[in-house]
Amino acid sequence: MEKGPVEGQFVNSTAERNIGDVMVVGGGISGIQASLDLAETGFKVYLVESSPTIGGKMAQLDKTFPTNDCSMCIESPKFIECNRHPNIEILTYTEVDRVEGEAGDFKVTLIKKPRYIIEDKCRGCTTCTEYCPVKVPDKYNQNLSLNKCTHIYFSQAVPLVTYIDPDACLYLQDEKCNICVGVCENNAIDLHQKEEKVEVEVGAIILSPGYEIFDPKLRGDYGYGKMENVITSLDFERILCSTGPYEGELRRPSDGQHPKNMAWIQCVGSRQVIPGGNSYCSAVCCTYTQKQVILAKDHDTDIKATIFHNDIRSFGKDFERFYQRTENLPGIRFIRSYVSIGKELPESKNVTIKYSTTDDGVKEEEFDFVVLSVGLNPPDGVEELADKFGIELESHRFCKTNPVNPIETSRPGIFVSGAFRGPIDIPESVMAASGANALCSQLLAYRRGKLARERVYPPERDVSGEEPRIGVFVCHCGANIGRVVDVPSVVEYALTLPNVVHAQEDLFTCSTDAAREIADAIREKGLNRVVVAACTPRTHEPLFRDTLREGGINPYYFEFANIREHCSWVHSREKEAATRKAKDIVRMSVARAAILQPLQEFQLPVDKRGLIVGGGIAGMTSALSLANQGFEVYLVEKDTDLGGIARRIHYTLDEMDVQAYLSDIIRKVYQHPLIHVSTDATITEASGYVGNFVTKVKSGGRVREIKHGITIIATGAEEYKPTEYLYGQDDRVFTLLELGEQIAKREAGVVNAESLVMIQCVGCRNEDRNYCSRVCCNNAITCALKLKEINPQMDIYIIYRDMRTYGFAEDYYREAADREVKFIRYEPDDKPQVEATEEGGKQILRVTVTDPILGNKIALDADAIALAAAVIPSATNTEICRLFKVPLNPDGFFQEAHVKLRPVDFAADGVFLCGTAHYPKHIPESISQAYGAAGRAVTILSKDSVTASGAISEVNEDECIACGACISVCKYGAIEFHDTPQGRKARVIPVLCKGDGLCNSKCPAGAISAKHYTDEQIFAEIDAAAPALVEVR
Amino acid sequence: MGYEFEPKILGFLCNWCCYAGADLAGVSRYQYPTNMRIIRVMCSGRVDPAFILRAFSNGMDGVFVGGCWLGECHYVTEGNYEALSVMHICKKLLKLIGVNPERLRLEWVSASQGIRFAEVITDFVKKLKELGPLGIGEGIDADGLKLKFEAVRSLVPYIKLVERERLRVHFETEDEYDKFFSSEEVDRLFRELIVDKLTISQILLLLRERPLSTGEISEILGLSQSEVSRYLNSSAKDGLVRFDEVQKCFVPV
Repeated sequence: MEKGPVEGQFVNSTAERNIGDVMVVGGGISGIQASLDLAETGFKVYLVESSPTIGGKMAQLDKTFPTNDCSMCIESPKFIECNRHPNIEILTYTEVDRVEGEAGDFKVTLIKKPRYIIEDKCRGCTTCTEYCPVKVPDKYNQNLSLNKCTHIYFSQAVPLVTYIDPDACLYLQDEKCNICVGVCENNAIDLHQKEEKVEVEVGAIILSPGYEIFDPKLRGDYGYGKMENVITSLDFERILCSTGPYEGELRRPSDGQHPKNMAWIQCVGSRQVIPGGNSYCSAVCCTYTQKQVILAKDHDTDIKATIFHNDIRSFGKDFERFYQRTENLPGIRFIRSYVSIGKELPESKNVTIKYSTTDDGVKEEEFDFVVLSVGLNPPDGVEELADKFGIELESHRFCKTNPVNPIETSRPGIFVSGAFRGPIDIPESVMAASGANALCSQLLAYRRGKLARERVYPPERDVSGEEPRIGVFVCHCGANIGRVVDVPSVVEYALTLPNVVHAQEDLFTCSTDAAREIADAIREKGLNRVVVAACTPRTHEPLFRDTLREGGINPYYFEFANIREHCSWVHSREKEAATRKAKDIVRMSVARAAILQPLQEFQLPVDKRGLIVGGGIAGMTSALSLANQGFEVYLVEKDTDLGGIARRIHYTLDEMDVQAYLSDIIRKVYQHPLIHVSTDATITEASGYVGNFVTKVKSGGRVREIKHGITIIATGAEEYKPTEYLYGQDDRVFTLLELGEQIAKREAGVVNAESLVMIQCVGCRNEDRNYCSRVCCNNAITCALKLKEINPQMDIYIIYRDMRTYGFAEDYYREAADREVKFIRYEPDDKPQVEATEEGGKQILRVTVTDPILGNKIALDADAIALAAAVIPSATNTEICRLFKVPLNPDGFFQEAHVKLRPVDFAADGVFLCGTAHYPKHIPESISQAYGAAGRAVTILSKDSVTASGAISEVNEDECIACGACISVCKYGAIEFHDTPQGRKARVIPVLCKGDGLCNSKCPAGAISAKHYTDEQIFAEIDAAAPALVEVR
Repeated sequence: MGYEFEPKILGFLCNWCCYAGADLAGVSRYQYPTNMRIIRVMCSGRVDPAFILRAFSNGMDGVFVGGCWLGECHYVTEGNYEALSVMHICKKLLKLIGVNPERLRLEWVSASQGIRFAEVITDFVKKLKELGPLGIGEGIDADGLKLKFEAVRSLVPYIKLVERERLRVHFETEDEYDKFFSSEEVDRLFRELIVDKLTISQILLLLRERPLSTGEISEILGLSQSEVSRYLNSSAKDGLVRFDEVQKCFVPV
C-alpha cells in the first residue's frame, strides 16, 4: 500500500501511554521466538508486523529441512503462545514510522494501516469472505491462486481476523459494493477505517524484519515471468503444501498436469558478481532444494528430478546425510553445471535447459517443470528501514553487525535477530532471537518484571462427581493426516465409543479458532474430558492442556491420540490399515481419558545461579551475559586455562583479532564479581532438576558442591588427528589449525614456502564421520589469503570436494581465486596422493591429483601441506551425556530438543547447549548461540519459581505394607517412611518426585501409584488395544 | 485363501527416547508395518510385568518395550536397567508356561534414531510372522493358554518380592545381564521359588471353576499323578484346598 504523509489523529493520548520494555519489529519465527523469550523473562513486549498476521516466511514453507517437519505444525503453536501471552502485545498490519530517543528510552511512532475490520469484533468466521464478490491473487500462495478481496491471510493466522485489500475492494475504489458490511453479524467491518498513529515507549528494540526472496523477474532470469512452468522455490513450497494453490497436489501452473520430469536450478541470484545478482551465497538453497526433491518424490515416486548445481553446501547439522538421502533416491541426477534456458515449447509449455558436463559437452534437455532455487535478499525498503532506526548496513545491504557480537547493530539498544543479519537458516534465527533476549535483559535488567503480568484462567470446574463426557477432535493436519487416514470415518467411529458425547474434525486442531472451539465445546457441551487425535504430545500437549484450562477444566483431563507421527506419516501407502490403526489409537485414548484424574501442579523455587560447563568462547560468553544480567555463575573448565580451542585460532575471514578478543573476554570473566571460575576441574556427580540442580565439581584436590537453577553445556569440540597424507610422519604436513599457528609465528618453513597445498575434508564426509565440519573451507581461505598477504609469490593450491564458503564468506573465496589461489576439485573415490620425494636436489612433498576437467593426473610439488582436519566431538561428551542425562547424536555431538525451533534447549528442562558441543561452527556463530543459551536460561532464572508437573507418585497408605521396595529404587530420594497410627507407611515428597513411575512397577502391594500413568489407566489402554486388533486379521 | 497372519503387537515406549524416536520416524517418513499399537509411559522402568502379561493374556502376539540406551535414561533412577531385568524375568516366565520368549522384545532407541525404530519394528513383525499366532505357534490350546496366563498374572506381586529379594542386580552391560539371567543359579532360584507356586496357582484356578480329582488335574496340566498329589498335599497343609469326601474331589477352601 502506498503511504503518504499521515493524516490520522493521535488515538492514544498521553493519558494512556503505551509503555513497554522491548519492541520486536518483524513477526517471523525469529521475532516470535524473541518475543516469547522476552515475555517469559518478565518483559512487556510489543510485537510489530507489517503484514496482516505474524508467521513470516516460515509460515509459507511446506516442510523444513533436514527432518522434513511440517513447517506450519511446528510454528503455529508459537503463534498461539504469543497471542495468549499476557506480556505480548501483537500489532499486525503496522509499520514503524519514526524512532526517537536512545538505549533504555526509545519512543517509537507506529502507523496502524487500516484493515477495514475492527479487530476486537471480528470472530474470524469468514462469512464476509464467502460473500465478497471480488477475487484477488492470493499473496500467501505466491499469487498462484485466487482469494477474496476480504480474507484471512492463512487459516492459522494470528490474529485470526480478516483484512480487506483496498486496491481491489469495490467500495474502497468506487463505493460500489458493501455486501460484507451487511453479512457481518458482529458489525466488525468498517470501510471508513483510517490509519492510526500509535506511540510506544520502550527500552530496547529488536529488528527481525527477515528477508525477501531474490526476484528473478527483474532480469527475466531463466524465463521467469514469461514461461509459466518456470517458478521460484518459494512458489514451489506453496505448490507442495496442502493449503497451497492445488491443495497439496503436485501440479504445474500452465495446464495443471502432474509433472514427470523436473529440474531445479541452483544459485539463482546468488554467487553472482554481474549486475542485479548477489555476490554472496544464500546458504539455505542447497538443502531446501534437496528437501523439495524428497517431497516431490513423496508426492509421486515416479518423478524424475535433475538438480543443476555448483558446490553442494551441506554444511549444517545432519545436512550431509540429507544430501545423501536425496542423491540415493531413484531417478535423481545431480549435475554440476552452469545452465541457460533454451526455449519454451509452444505445445507442451515444457522448457529446455542447456548445460554442459565434462563427459558429454554441451547438451539441451527438455523438462516439464523448472524450479529456480532463488537466494535471499535483504528485506524490501531496507535503506528506509535503516534510516528510520539509525542503523548501518553492511555492503550487501543486510544489517551491519560486529563479529564478536552478531546480535548488536551499530546503534546501542537496537538488536538484530534472524535473516536480516545475512542469509541464515531457521535454527540460527531462533538462536539469535533467544540471544537478543539475553542482550535486552543485560541492558534492561533493572526493569525486568516491572510491567509483566500473569495469565488469568477461568475458575476450574469440579467435575469429579460427573460421568465422563468426552469430546474427540480429529485433526486433518492439512493433508498430513487426512491424505492417509479417513478422518470423517474416525470421527464417526469415535462417536460410537463409550462416554464420547461429541466428536468433530478440524483442518488444523492447533489453530487459534479450533482451540477456541474446544474451549467453547467444553463449556457449551459440558465436556469434562478431551481427546485430540492429531500429532505428538511431545510438542503440542502443553498447548491443549492450556486450552482445557481456558475451558475451565483441569488440564490433566486432556489426552492425545498420536495419529500423525505414529500413523499417517509412517503408513502413508496403507490407507485402510492406517485408518484402522487410527481408530484403535483413538479408542485406546478414549478408554484412558475416561479414567483420567484431575491433578494439581505446584511451584518449585528456583535457585538463581547458573552452572556453565566449558570455558571456551561459548561458555565464557554465556557466563558473562548471565552475570551482566545479575545472576551468579559457576564456570567449570577441564583445562588449566580458559579459552578452549580458540586459544589456537589466530585469524578469521572477517579479520577478527581472536587472541586479543580472547584475552579481553578472559579478563572480564575473571574480574566479574558474579562469576566463579574453576579450572582443572572435573564434574563427579550431577543431580537435581530444573531450578534445583546439585553438581559436584572436583578442582585443586577438593570437591565442592554447587547448587544451581540452570545448566549450560558448552564443552566444545576437538580437532581430528589425521592418519592420512603423511601426517605425523613428515613435519611439513600440518593441520589447518597448526598452519594458522605457524603463520602467526611467521614460521619460515611456511611463510617462505614456494608452494603450499591444502587438502580439504580430511577425516570427515566419510564413513567414519558422515558430516561436514563446516568451518574448514573458510579456514583454508583465511590461511590462503593471509599467506598471500605475507608472501604474494607463494603458489597455493586448495584441493577440495565442495567449497562451502556459505553466506558472505563467498566474497573471500572469490578474492582468493582473484589472487590466484588455485582450486582443484577431487572426488571422494579418487583422493589426492601425497609422497615425500626429491626433485632437483630439493626435498619436496608431491601431491598427485586428478584434473577434474581434463581427467589426467597432475603433480603438485609442495614445501608444505595443510590438512583440513575434521572437527570432532569433545572426548568428554560421553561422560557429560551420562552425568547430565542429555543425549548425543549419532556423530557424538549433543542432540538439541528440536533441530529447528529448540536449537539451544535440551529435552530436559533447565539444561541448555551452545558452541561447538552442538556442532562445528565459526566463532561468531558460537557467540550467537552462547547468547541464545543465556537468553533461554534467563527465562528460568528470572522467575522465583517454576511450575512442576502434577504427574507424580502417591501412596495409598491403606495398601502400603512398608516393605520399602519403592524407597529402594527411588534414587531421587523422593519417598520416605513416616509413622502413622496404622504403623510405618511410605510417603512421597512431591518436590523431589520426577514422575518416572519406577516405584509403581516395583510395589508388590499396588499401594503406590504414578499419577497420570496409574495401573488402572494403563490397563484401560492395554484392554482397549485388544478388541479391534482382531479385525486386522 | 490369500490369508496372511498379521501379528498384533502392543508397544510400551518411554517418553524421552523410544517414543521420541518413533516420532522422528514419523517426521522422517520412514515406513514400517501397521501392526503395533503404542502406549506411552514416562520410563521403560514403569513397565510392570503385569502389563506385559495382561497384553499377552488379551491375545497380543507380541509385546514390545522401548527405552533409552543404557546410561542414557532421562531419569536418575535409570529405570531402563530395571526394564532389562523385568524383561529377563518375563521371558523366563513365558518360557515356563510354554510361550516363546521371543514374543517379548526390549529395544533401546534414542530420540535421534527414527530409522532404527522403523527397522526394529519391521524386524519384530517379521519375527512374529515366523512364530505364528500366540498359542497356535506354540501348540497350546486357547483354554490352556488362558489358564497359564491367569496363573502367572496372579503371581506378579510375589514375583516382585522375589525380584527384590533375590534378583535385584545392577550391571553396566547387557551381556552381564544375559549372563546372570541365564546362569544356573537363577534357573535354580526359579525352580525353587516360582515353578511350584505357578503350578499351585494353576491348580487353584482350575479348582475354582469346579472340583477336580487328582487324575483330572494331572490330565489337564500334563503332570504325573504323584506330582499333583504332592502339590495338593502341600496346598492342603497351607489351607488353600481340601478334599471333599462327598464329591471325592478337591475343592478350594
